[in-house]
Amino acid sequence: MEQLSGGEMLIRALHDEGVEIIFGYPGGAVLHIYDAIFNQDKIQHILVRHEQAATHAADGYARSSGKPGVVLVTSGPGATNAITGIATAYMDSIPMVVISGQVESRMIGSDGFQETDMVGISRPIVKHSFMAQHPAEIPLLVKKAFHIATTGRPGPVVIDIPKDVTDPKIKLPYSYPKDIKLRSYSIPGKGHSGQIKKAVDALLSAKRPMIYAGGGVIQGSGSELLTKLTRQLGFPITNTLMGLGAYPSSDKQFLGMLGMHGTYEANMAMHYCDVLLGIGVRFDDRVTNSDVTKFCPDATILHVDIDPASISKTVAADVPIVGSVVSVLEEMLDLVAKAKAKIDKKAIGVWWKQIEQWREKDSLAVAPSENDVIKPQQVIKAIHKITKGDAFVSSDVGQHQMFAAQYYGFDKPRRWINSGGLGTMGFGLPAAMGVQFAHPKAVSVCVTGEGSIQMCLQELATCMQYQLPIKIICLNNQALGMVKQWQDMQYGGRHSHSTYAESLPDFVKLVEAYGHVGIKIEKFSDLESGLKKAFALKDRLVFVDVMVDPEEHVYPMAIKGGAMKDMILSKTERT
Amino acid sequence: MRHIISVLMENEPGALSRVVGLFSQRNYNIDSLTVAPTEDRSLSRLTLTTSGDDRRIEQITKHLNKLVDVVKLVDLTEGAHIERELMLIKVKAVGPQRAEVKRTVDIFRGQIVDLTSSVYTIQLTGTSDKLDAFITALGDNVVMEVARTGVSGISRGEKVLSL
Repeated sequence: MEQLSGGEMLIRALHDEGVEIIFGYPGGAVLHIYDAIFNQDKIQHILVRHEQAATHAADGYARSSGKPGVVLVTSGPGATNAITGIATAYMDSIPMVVISGQVESRMIGSDGFQETDMVGISRPIVKHSFMAQHPAEIPLLVKKAFHIATTGRPGPVVIDIPKDVTDPKIKLPYSYPKDIKLRSYSIPGKGHSGQIKKAVDALLSAKRPMIYAGGGVIQGSGSELLTKLTRQLGFPITNTLMGLGAYPSSDKQFLGMLGMHGTYEANMAMHYCDVLLGIGVRFDDRVTNSDVTKFCPDATILHVDIDPASISKTVAADVPIVGSVVSVLEEMLDLVAKAKAKIDKKAIGVWWKQIEQWREKDSLAVAPSENDVIKPQQVIKAIHKITKGDAFVSSDVGQHQMFAAQYYGFDKPRRWINSGGLGTMGFGLPAAMGVQFAHPKAVSVCVTGEGSIQMCLQELATCMQYQLPIKIICLNNQALGMVKQWQDMQYGGRHSHSTYAESLPDFVKLVEAYGHVGIKIEKFSDLESGLKKAFALKDRLVFVDVMVDPEEHVYPMAIKGGAMKDMILSKTERT
Repeated sequence: MRHIISVLMENEPGALSRVVGLFSQRNYNIDSLTVAPTEDRSLSRLTLTTSGDDRRIEQITKHLNKLVDVVKLVDLTEGAHIERELMLIKVKAVGPQRAEVKRTVDIFRGQIVDLTSSVYTIQLTGTSDKLDAFITALGDNVVMEVARTGVSGISRGEKVLSL
């Protein structure tokens, strides 16, 4: 058998696991591992400029490809810098394996240089974690880590490796385990057939049905089946922020995103439905609007999820189904095909009529700009037009994120990459890098704001090193827009620490300093031509600084403590 | 309502901190906790008491089950069960108090396991209520030190918590 050191075993095991790319940053505790990377050519290592970006890039890679993202960081600050990205992946159930260096075993607990208790610090934000005790364990730990990260409800797994465990002088026989069975870890498979039948019966007898689908459908690769089921039933459907693309947004049955900044028709249909099929969703407070007692008052709630702990966590499910979305959707499709005639077509027709009335309100209408001022929504619409709705769009967090979610219109899963659960500013650019590595030929757009982009700006250097032709579209409103919006609406317009117009950098010069192309757009009449110019530069990173109307708010917006039907529709109108 | 949850988990470093961490992370409370390896040295059995309504207990058991180190668990309070807690208690025993304490120990079926001319160390086993009652019966002014193990439990009859 081949004799390898712990460091070599790690890299070989990653390769045997099918890993093609890792995102990382070297440091003392991982130098043995980096030497093992230097001596091979099977795995590509991407050098980022900050460990947070390594985790976000691995995350964007995972979200856009469905494959697990892999991160390598050193001990101490390397590990703690990775924490925000691990938490981001954890909240959105993204498969990720993070390998962190650790001080030598004999030094652990001595407050050694660059020592931090990574297993302890990351514990609440990982699906599981390991600390390697001996080089011989490494292949099995890697196998276990990928198994846990990618199955069931996916999530990040940390492997912390003390420096002595990767010592090049200690060589041991290497073999990679084929299978793994963990007695304490089981993966929910098929849902309970009796429960699925009950759910389908409820759907078929519904008069005002609604389908509410989320990120779990995308993670579980169930989009096609969901689309098929929704079309067979002829029912209205909404997607969560995390679920955008799970159902084609250009389809007539799609009511748009729901929740805090959801469309009028989606939120109204949620409130008034009599049967709600929630699938791959977790009844998050950005959907239910915090007071769950007012949520869907008339609805029988059917909840499909792979994580039993997500069911009845906030909203009690009448028909809980624990299982993978694919298996449950397949069973549902079979049952629906047999009993489709039972659907109350007349009632559904009346329901659609009601929905069409809500839809006529056109809650996402954008008022034409005055004085050539650019509305942020118009920027997203223009990007959609130029990219023919076929780009991968990563976003940061804030108003621009909501505008992108509302206006881009995602027809395919894995195209919309954003930090939904944790809401991590700084996510967008590194995530767009991960997307570009997963899809080198695709158009990778990063929609950001002048606030968020400054949180992982250093990655412009990584983009130069690897020649990533990302298109960064910065909706520059010269303020922390979402904070300012809340201050406008709830704090009497007192903009406490949310503005900094006088100290913003000249982004065009800044990106030029990194060797990229910068374009500034200030007038609506220049918007489309400017964006076209940016997208035409296919092999360059282009930063488009778009000066948008700083007074714009994101609407609709849920009224705090209300039901889903309670929304602010514009600066002057409420439901 | 008070629940006694027994958890069978991998006897590995970090397993206990994951269980305890889950409780603080999700704002669940732990009233008592006891843990030791089982007859199979690869497994530990952890028993904890907590309280909450049915929904909260359901969430607690679901989240415990999600922990990769947790193999199996049972909410003992869902069925007939035996619960015991062990207490070692050091009390003042001088003058007429000495006989009075001894009588109380006998009534509660405790044992004096160590003594000096002025101190008794008593061992008492029973439900938590019984241990509380014993302390009350002795009175605050004699109790010097209390060491309780926390509740351990097992279900009645043929039901077992094992692999």
